[in-house]
Amino acid sequence: MSEILIKNASVCDPAQGINCETMDICIRDGKIVDSVSENAKVIDAEGKLTMAGGFDGHTHSAGKINVGRFMNPNDAKKNLVPGLSGQVARTEKTRAQVGYNTPNTYAIGYRYAKLGYTTICEAAIPLLAARHTHEEFKEIPILDKMGLSLFGSNWQVMEYIRDKEPEKLAAYIAWGLKASRGYGVKIVNPGGGEAWGWGKNVSGLYDPVPNFDVTPAEILMGLAEANERLQLPHSVHVHCNNLGKPGNYATTIETMKLFEKVKPSRDRQSLHVTHVQFNAYAGTSWRDFETGAPMVADYVNGADHMTFDLGQVIFGPAMTMTADGPVEYANARMLHEKWSNQDIELEDASGVVPLFYSPKSFVNAVQWAIGLELALLVKDPWKVMFTTDSPNGGSFVNYPEAFTYLMSEKRRAEVISGFSKMALDRMVLPGIDRELDFYELAVMTRSTQSKMYSMPEKGNLKVGSDADIAIYDILPGHVDPSTEYAKVKKAFSGAAYTFKNGEIVVKDGEIEETPKGKTYWVNAKVPENIDTAMQKDIDRKFRKYYTVSKANYMVEDMYLQKPVEIGTEGVF
Amino acid sequence: MPVIKDAVCSLCGSLCDDITVTVENNKITKIENACILGHSKFVGMFEHDRIETPMIRKDGELVPVPYEEAIEAAAKILVNSKRTLSYGWCSTSCEAVSGAIQLAEETGSIIDSTANVCHGPSALAAQEKGSPSATLGEIKNRADVIIFWGCNPVHAHPRHMVRYSSFSKGLFTEKGRKGRTMIVVDVRKTDTAKLADRYVEIEQGSDLLLVTALRSIVNGHEDVIPKTVAGVPKAEVVELAETLKNAKFVCIFFGMGVTQSRSKYKNGDAMSSLISDLNQHTKAVMIGMRGHYNVTGFGQVATWETGFPMAIDFARGYPYYNPGETGANDLLVREEPDAAIIAAADAGAHFPQKAVRHLARIPVIQIDPYANPTTEIADVVIPAAVVGIEAEGTAYRMDAISLRMKKLIDSKFKTDEEIVKDLTEKVREMKRGA
Repeated sequence: MSEILIKNASVCDPAQGINCETMDICIRDGKIVDSVSENAKVIDAEGKLTMAGGFDGHTHSAGKINVGRFMNPNDAKKNLVPGLSGQVARTEKTRAQVGYNTPNTYAIGYRYAKLGYTTICEAAIPLLAARHTHEEFKEIPILDKMGLSLFGSNWQVMEYIRDKEPEKLAAYIAWGLKASRGYGVKIVNPGGGEAWGWGKNVSGLYDPVPNFDVTPAEILMGLAEANERLQLPHSVHVHCNNLGKPGNYATTIETMKLFEKVKPSRDRQSLHVTHVQFNAYAGTSWRDFETGAPMVADYVNGADHMTFDLGQVIFGPAMTMTADGPVEYANARMLHEKWSNQDIELEDASGVVPLFYSPKSFVNAVQWAIGLELALLVKDPWKVMFTTDSPNGGSFVNYPEAFTYLMSEKRRAEVISGFSKMALDRMVLPGIDRELDFYELAVMTRSTQSKMYSMPEKGNLKVGSDADIAIYDILPGHVDPSTEYAKVKKAFSGAAYTFKNGEIVVKDGEIEETPKGKTYWVNAKVPENIDTAMQKDIDRKFRKYYTVSKANYMVEDMYLQKPVEIGTEGVF
Repeated sequence: MPVIKDAVCSLCGSLCDDITVTVENNKITKIENACILGHSKFVGMFEHDRIETPMIRKDGELVPVPYEEAIEAAAKILVNSKRTLSYGWCSTSCEAVSGAIQLAEETGSIIDSTANVCHGPSALAAQEKGSPSATLGEIKNRADVIIFWGCNPVHAHPRHMVRYSSFSKGLFTEKGRKGRTMIVVDVRKTDTAKLADRYVEIEQGSDLLLVTALRSIVNGHEDVIPKTVAGVPKAEVVELAETLKNAKFVCIFFGMGVTQSRSKYKNGDAMSSLISDLNQHTKAVMIGMRGHYNVTGFGQVATWETGFPMAIDFARGYPYYNPGETGANDLLVREEPDAAIIAAADAGAHFPQKAVRHLARIPVIQIDPYANPTTEIADVVIPAAVVGIEAEGTAYRMDAISLRMKKLIDSKFKTDEEIVKDLTEKVREMKRGA
């Protein structure tokens, strides 16, 4: 029995409505408890901000990121955020580290932990390549992991939707999650991945997918219905159509509206829209491109069925990677950049392209502003998850820098002062004076995630929750984030302590221990007769179209590190 | 008698996963679905010369020793070495590769794979221009124009054309071979070329010229093309470009004829650009015909664990990558390594003479199931189980799809994974002692 008493912590835990109050936290055997014995190890956290461990609910950290590493080896040396990037020699405790946007697996674990983050959700697992994702998960130390499985251009999904077989569709989703050991349903540019199989794309919610006679809107609604029928812990997680195109804010709002009629089966949103920054563009071309954030934020403020994350841009080099194959090809052609592509048979597409966000480019400057506008114009932080869609908008190691943008108008003004007049004309950020406090920041980096993924044991410091805790050397009330943003950045860049399951993994910004994290996956129960009927259909897919056998498709138990199976009961 | 279905064949990069194997008394007695190469690997287990026991070279002769003694001798070599080259790791599992990388990291070694003499230039090409690819099922289900460029699957990947490419049938390719145009570009009329609708014979080492000419035509600059390109008349080049442009889905499979001939990585670089240009007109992808069944896996594991796919130097404590400087042959030709581990690959047979001569001068540890030319210059020989037959593990197909290889029969031999682990433990023990 291991016990720890964290004394005099300045606790900020929005799940309990605790806003920077001085209190003690007790830990026993990896969980937060009411009290501990006198034998408990005492950690003095006086004067230190204490939150639940950070939870990155949308990051590309295993699987596709390997294509990014492979094609861009120059990233290994990049050390733009000293202490959290670049080449680091091995030590007795840590493996060798490299990279900035695409760090090696070990660096991902260490660096998230240094930021006080303890859980990550990989944003895109192709079913056929899921084994690879889990192989990388195994080599990411410390963090708990989960991933979202891709269903948005899947032949079987589209056929069941076209043929109006919602029960079999739900059974297929349950099977797909099991096959890939995924946590939730990801939909990327619905239908667009299949169109990209022919070098084409879909243009919006009602543009039929070639050869499959379904529309993106039907795919979204079909998958949402299946998601709720299976009572999955997360809602569908949607990357909207038309990503990266001027004028796409209309598609985004249209997509959000579509979900007003979806009734969530659990106490959570019925829709999560991801990296909305890339989908909140107004204008009709790159010439008259401007922010669409006010329109999107306006809609979100009046909606209570959804959450979203930012996809905040960080200036400097980034590595874009997405299942949205056509977008990456377009990026590569427009920017004259190298282009990797990996279409997945019967399932989806994907692409990887490096790019550089420059404050001198008016488009990039406006993109930067849009992410912040969304965070600041949406009134309720519980609807917002902070992300950079790492490393699409920029590497996660820049989170502390991004926090200062959210917390300080002065800091924003400093960045904005470098923008061209044209950029300023196309954004509304300079007129926004809202500054987030630590409580709101905790909501966007921990509490929203816990709620939206139905993970009550994560993202809060309630008794019974996992003892994943971040302690930062900064005291709210004594530091004014709106002016002393350098202190904010420093504190969040290297936690005074990070606890993972009650174990000290980071102390004074350095790695102390590197335990293995857990892997969460969802096993949704489906009636046997429906499952059997569905299996017949996919057996045919494997016999005729797949190039691997069904038996070799399923991710085997041995690939899951400390698996946590979340069971749900499908309603049929 | 146990019949094992859906076994994965651990011979080539096609990684066929539909093999049925019958096992009787721990012997494989029947193999269904495998090609001649795969079949001979499964049965060859019992016919070829296995290394029967660990050996150490004493007075010029390899003499049998207990396993522990071999591990100790190998560890001693590593501990005394200032510059170890760890090479191969491609006919083994990803789990073994992972262990080998950790060992290289802890001993400050350089680790490289067989890509050094194979598809290494494809990696460099991807680092220049990217890798526009797809899984093999995309080709099976969609491709109506398939090019085999500088590769000969009839002999190197015998089931490739049936399972994944020319002869396969899929959702949008119901007619199979009849509905497809198959083109071979090569310097000689191979057995694959004999099956093609069109064979384009080019002059040795002129691949880059032809790819560049195709790009020019695809991009509307037919006028700049000279009368012949790479020994091919202009009209034929134009026709080829038109075939590609007018296809519904193009795949170029490329082999070592592209990666190891003149212009090396520039060939792949240009081909990647050609694929990008073609996508302005149609859909096109390219896939490297990887040889060793898990050379792709080495690249994948190395990339996620070190950031780099090959030629990784840990001398600085962190991974350093500079092919041309840190490749296995770069080092050997410079006579830099003072010890080497050669595992699951045969440097003795495949490296240039100068490199092999240096290997012969330094202590070499070999880990392999079979005796091969490397054995002749090895000082410590540790026999291993055959992965995919006697040991399980992960392998990556040429299109970067990973599969779980099964253990089909029991073996007295340790697995590569276990050997690396034991070796690492012994090295740690010796270092602690020192």
